[in-house]
Amino acid sequence: MSIVQDNLKLLAIESSGNVASVAILEQGKMIAELTMNNKKTHSTTLLPMIDQMIKMCEKDLADFDAIAVTRGPGSFTGLRIGAATVKGLGLAMELPVIPVSTLECLAMNVSESNDIICPIMDARRNQVYTAAYEVKDGRLQEVLKEEPMDIKDLIEKLKVLEKNVLFLGDGVAVYRNVIAQELKERACFAKEHNMVQRASSLAVLAKEKWEQRVTSKEFHLEYLRASQAEREWKEEHQGEELPCLS
Amino acid sequence: MGVNFVTHVIIFIENRLYSCGRKMENKNQTTKEKEVKILAIESSCDETAAAVVVNGRKVCSNVISSQIELHKLFGGVVPEIASRKHLEKINQVIEEALSEAGMTLDDIDAVGVTYGPGLVGALLVGVAAAKAISFAKNKPLVGVHHIEGHISANYIEHEALVPPFICTVASGGHSHIVLVEDYGKYKIIGRTRDDAAGEAFDKVARSIGLGYPGGPKIDKLAKQGNSKAIMFPRAKIEDAPYDFSFSGLKSAVLNYLNQCEMKNIEVNKADVAASFQASVVEVLTMHTLQAAQDFGIKKVAIAGGVAANTSFRESMEKVCKEKGFEFYYPSPIYCTDNAAMIGVAAYYEYINGTRHGLDLNAVPNLKIGQR
Repeated sequence: MSIVQDNLKLLAIESSGNVASVAILEQGKMIAELTMNNKKTHSTTLLPMIDQMIKMCEKDLADFDAIAVTRGPGSFTGLRIGAATVKGLGLAMELPVIPVSTLECLAMNVSESNDIICPIMDARRNQVYTAAYEVKDGRLQEVLKEEPMDIKDLIEKLKVLEKNVLFLGDGVAVYRNVIAQELKERACFAKEHNMVQRASSLAVLAKEKWEQRVTSKEFHLEYLRASQAEREWKEEHQGEELPCLS
Repeated sequence: MGVNFVTHVIIFIENRLYSCGRKMENKNQTTKEKEVKILAIESSCDETAAAVVVNGRKVCSNVISSQIELHKLFGGVVPEIASRKHLEKINQVIEEALSEAGMTLDDIDAVGVTYGPGLVGALLVGVAAAKAISFAKNKPLVGVHHIEGHISANYIEHEALVPPFICTVASGGHSHIVLVEDYGKYKIIGRTRDDAAGEAFDKVARSIGLGYPGGPKIDKLAKQGNSKAIMFPRAKIEDAPYDFSFSGLKSAVLNYLNQCEMKNIEVNKADVAASFQASVVEVLTMHTLQAAQDFGIKKVAIAGGVAANTSFRESMEKVCKEKGFEFYYPSPIYCTDNAAMIGVAAYYEYINGTRHGLDLNAVPNLKIGQR
């Protein structure tokens, strides 16, 4: 890791699921993290949380080098509240944005594990947004690439790997029993504090991904799933892409 | 006299802000006439828009990124696609609005944003971005009602227009007759019981194969048709002389088309468009005039997408002239969804002391006059 990266001051913002989480990483030290998992809409909580955290740390927005944010997958609305907030902050303060995969961010919660790490986020309709990682040389390496997947297909893919798997994410609450039945003692699950998205994990990953920063205008989400209207349109038009209208 | 009044109000507001523990501006400034520059953001439906407006009347920039070509593919606005597009465009639109106005965020006195009514996912993008800018730059945040914005569009090009006046707002999502008692003070005196006027335009346009959006297409085709060819109903609601109902009219058009098909009669689409439009226009015009007469108001305005309809404008113009009423309407660019109108409404809210916090949420069914 470069000296630049070790000295970064990052504001991390996470709102891709039910959790709203914000953190400040400063010169290699996590100086604040605030996480709420209390069913209130991010629209009313996220910015007041950022405000509180910055005030309590006696920081100023102008002190930061970049804003870290999860770029998806996740709840479309949740992601957009975070993204629009980040875009507004980035525009106003001329700060770059470091986008990070929500799944990788989740995996980072348990990055000391020797097992396969498998974040699962409930995507409804028996699907999860998922990926699988292994830690090599202290870094997360993708074993299964991120995509929306039927939970049964995921379990089959993990069976083939013949290793213990550590599951986490909001999909665990939905599929814990199915997973435990199929993978038996090879499946284990993260504890409560590591189960959900945390902005501290996001901040640490963002530091590593400093080179991938973009402007707030360039920053975009990766939903991993087209809107229903778009999927239906493509079916009707034999897989043709929507005319690009920018 | 007007200037004195405004100055006085500003002093009052600064005092109030101070008492709330917020940052107070240099008090000496308030004794002079001060320009209030508002950055306004609008994303309630399928237009991503930003504008800079000075003192609620001067539009320095008015940037609109329309998604209409995209939604045409689906025959109407798709909320999820609209929300995604807003997020893609929001920064570009704001940056363009500031640069066209020759300003930076440091020059801005407040941020105004539409927080309802509208599509919740779409509204959230503008609201979140506006709050973030307000927070980052320590500028007051003023949430604006979308319809109050449409009404306020009339102030942009009519310096002489001051409340009280009657305004009929008709668009794809709304049909209201509003008594504007004062700046920021609204009283609904008539509303639609079912479909909005613009919605009826869209549905009828679809039924005669014109596609989305229906308003401009029917307006154009109607010019070639006979508005008296088919007698479509003009709905009246008992005990509510200012209310509207357009769903019966829509059904009447669909029935007519069905009957023609059954009898193998070729439909003259231009006549259908003209006759349908005549019914909507007559009802809108007559109810508006009735309201103005009953409330003893001599100034009448129209707003919203349907206010861009040429037949509606002509009809209102003619009747107001006959009755000796002053008639106001915005240019088409200020009838469609735009942020300049939000900047105008935000200015008068700002002057009235309205401030919103960082917890402002999108309210998809926000009521007129709700704060």
